[in-house]
Amino acid sequence: MATAVPPFESFYEAHRGEVFRFLGRRLGRQQAEDAFQETFLRALRAYPRLEHGEHLRAWVLTIASRIVLDDVRKRRPQGELPELAVEDELAAFEQLAPLTEGLPPNQRAAVVLRYGYDLGYDEIGDALGSTEAAARQAASAGVRRIRSQKEQQ
Amino acid sequence: MTETLTPALDERFRAAAAAEGLLDVAYDVLADTPIGALLVGVTDHGLCRITFDPEPERELEELARLFGPRVLRSSRPLERARLELDEYFAGRRRHFEIEPDVRTLPAYNQRVLAELARVEYGHTTTYGTLAAQSGNPRAARAVGTVMHRNPVPIVLPCHRVVGANGKLTGYAGGLDRKEQLLRLEGAIL
Repeated sequence: MATAVPPFESFYEAHRGEVFRFLGRRLGRQQAEDAFQETFLRALRAYPRLEHGEHLRAWVLTIASRIVLDDVRKRRPQGELPELAVEDELAAFEQLAPLTEGLPPNQRAAVVLRYGYDLGYDEIGDALGSTEAAARQAASAGVRRIRSQKEQQ
Repeated sequence: MTETLTPALDERFRAAAAAEGLLDVAYDVLADTPIGALLVGVTDHGLCRITFDPEPERELEELARLFGPRVLRSSRPLERARLELDEYFAGRRRHFEIEPDVRTLPAYNQRVLAELARVEYGHTTTYGTLAAQSGNPRAARAVGTVMHRNPVPIVLPCHRVVGANGKLTGYAGGLDRKEQLLRLEGAIL
């Protein structure tokens, strides 16, 4: 049976420190403060729609990563916008969601952060509380697993 | 470590969450009332919980099950309840204005608690009397159970309900607290 969604307080206490450190490294202290609040407000808005309490760490880091990307994009001068439009970015993420559903949480987070959000392995290692090498390994194990699942279908 | 979350930023998020109306239940722990620590919870509909000697973890699970999973400690929504309770404990308030939220209770419990709410400050009643007022004079025992499960003691004054012989009988928060509350109200010497 899937675990129940925990009270938001428990979820927040479990992940607030890590989310803040992740944002701090990506954005610097000043921007991280606003991004921190925005991350957990978005999580709070989406919270009643969660169907189970699994992968919550990967889920909240994904929200934080999206806010980092929005923030970086906002501050970049017009001419330097990355080629992907916002819609494409969303689509890339949404395509990943069903593919990664059966993965262990760490692999899922690594794949989504790498291919959905284009984070470097060092940043993913930070986000997952492990190392760059472990993040690389988790992402490639995840991709192998998705491939073998697809071949079996 | 690099960046750490400050208490100010933590509180800012908790206040923003409440201000945006995103919470099913906001709660706080009043650590130093004359009868010990109380966990107090509110919804949009009013006061939904007062617990003696709270064990927050179990308590939060229960609140989430009843009202929804967005249960968060946030002090601002609790301001009014805190003020009224402070005044009550200081002997300066005889009647609570904050509305109890008893929506999630069975109809019978709601009916009995509505009768209970009419028992005035400094007075007592009996389980049998309350049972009769709620429609069945023989349901004293059932009334006892409703009192035991009262989600907002003090504000819905189950401490004012005593046995037919005048004995204090029982209280979810312990007989000492029942006695202390009745003494505060001047109902006993």
